[in-house]
Amino acid sequence: MRSILKNEILKTYLKWRTYIGFIAVAVLVPIVQLAFKLEGGGIVRNMTRSLQQDFFFVGNLFNGYFITYFIMQSLWVHVPFLITLVAGDQLAGESTGGTFRLLLIRPTSRSAILSSKYLTTLLYSLTLVLFLIGLSLTLGSALLGAGDLIVPGRTLTILPKSEVLLRMALAFSLATLSMWCVASLAFLFSSLVENAIGPIIGTMAVIFVFIIISNIQVEFFETLKPYLFTTYFNVWQKAFEEPIPWDTIAQHAAILGCFTVGFYLVTWYIFVRKDVLS
Amino acid sequence: MPEDIILRTHHLSKRFGKRWAVRQVNLEVRRGDVFGFLGPNGAGKSTTIRMLLSLIRPTEGDVLLFGRPLRSHRRESLTRVGGLVERADFYLYLTARRNLEIVASLRGGCPKQEIDRVLELVGLRERAKDKVKTFSHGMKQRLGIGQALLGSPEFIILDEPTTGLDPQGIKEVRELIRSLSVDHAMTIFLSSHLLSEIEQTATSMAIINRGSLVVQGNVRQLLNEGGSVVRISAEPLEQAEEAARRFDGVHSVQRNADVLEVRINPEQVSALNAMLVQTGIRVNSVIPKRSLEDFFLSITEGTSDIQ
Repeated sequence: MRSILKNEILKTYLKWRTYIGFIAVAVLVPIVQLAFKLEGGGIVRNMTRSLQQDFFFVGNLFNGYFITYFIMQSLWVHVPFLITLVAGDQLAGESTGGTFRLLLIRPTSRSAILSSKYLTTLLYSLTLVLFLIGLSLTLGSALLGAGDLIVPGRTLTILPKSEVLLRMALAFSLATLSMWCVASLAFLFSSLVENAIGPIIGTMAVIFVFIIISNIQVEFFETLKPYLFTTYFNVWQKAFEEPIPWDTIAQHAAILGCFTVGFYLVTWYIFVRKDVLS
Repeated sequence: MPEDIILRTHHLSKRFGKRWAVRQVNLEVRRGDVFGFLGPNGAGKSTTIRMLLSLIRPTEGDVLLFGRPLRSHRRESLTRVGGLVERADFYLYLTARRNLEIVASLRGGCPKQEIDRVLELVGLRERAKDKVKTFSHGMKQRLGIGQALLGSPEFIILDEPTTGLDPQGIKEVRELIRSLSVDHAMTIFLSSHLLSEIEQTATSMAIINRGSLVVQGNVRQLLNEGGSVVRISAEPLEQAEEAARRFDGVHSVQRNADVLEVRINPEQVSALNAMLVQTGIRVNSVIPKRSLEDFFLSITEGTSDIQ
């Protein structure tokens, strides 16, 4: 199993497609940070305008941590898209390339091959989220320095600098879980078709539709919300609430985990029974 | 099941929707055979092979490899089998060696020397470090045969291994198959729609048409039923025709333009030629007619559709 996993990781990381996500992040993050450095101070001033008459703000609120928090909003749509590029290709790509005929006639079970591919997909999702947050924190701190984190929302929360990195680590873990859920859905769609375009479009369509449903304030949709995995997508944002709502985080993380495992089990059921005709 | 039977299928069938792609196929391959699996395009050859290698689940029937059902003994059975299904596809962005290492890992791993041996055997040792995307079609096909040989399996299944190759490539693959059978004592299941391929390499064969098995047996025995046909060009033709008709072992003589088509026991052909020459007839050529082609066409034409 270890050598199969090693080969799957090698196959994925030696493929050009895998680096599209990393390149996109490597281009996007510096551009956003540079733009913020040139013009972004106004954002924090606007956010704190109503408070400035009563409070006196000390220190650098417009800093690398704030930028990172801002860039993490891309976890809603942009990062999922980059993840589907690889996750959607894991099984469909083998069909397109005809290489299932090479793999599935061996004395290795389909379950073992599927598990290796799935673990590789999860590893890719983790490294992409880590790269996004790591690059943003490093570059943001270098360009704008560190400081307290101002978190916009219904109430304005200011987190002390000493806590921010720990909360970032928690947010990273939760964001990874959200992205694993996306990756699992794309992986499931990938088992159904023989071309990677379908899983990419399919997964993004589901995310868009679910996010739209979640944001329309209609009673019928409200009853649907608990059953949509996108409802729990923002669990990482809870790492920046004060105090940290551990119960809600645990509940949301467990639900995301159930969706992730559920998607995988459906994929397994399909894959081990699938006739390979490609 | 006797030990010398490597593969046996029992009422093997596959249905896609309402259409039976393969129906009630009973095959038997013995140890040491080069088994030709012949059929026109779309006859069900590849579907059958995919069932033999567990790529497709049969709708009905069983595959027994080395006496055990593939369904329940997949791992043990496939350890002893190598296969190439249709076109040889690889990870084009990886080297030939890396591709073989991936296959080897799925067989439980192979030492580096085994990969070198296989690359040498298929004549790709010098290109081991090159990416497969730089390979010609023929080289990919040879690498495809190479991956089937990893771990020295007892039984290899090759589905249309010469597809798309030039004449030189076809010759090389045929020689390789012969060498695997003779020098390495492998049992080979060779599917093809090319009659000459089966005629030149197979010891036994089966013909499938429209999903059903039409005939199965020893190649020579099947072809010799009713004698083989030779085309004789001779002068004077009338005298040759008369002499041929009187010759023992000749089943029939038919005049076709300026040649005679003589159906005769194969071992009598040289004696007939000698007799004609001794009679003073000038024999310009004696060419065996494509007997397998006749045989194949005679049994694949007019087969009813599978319901």
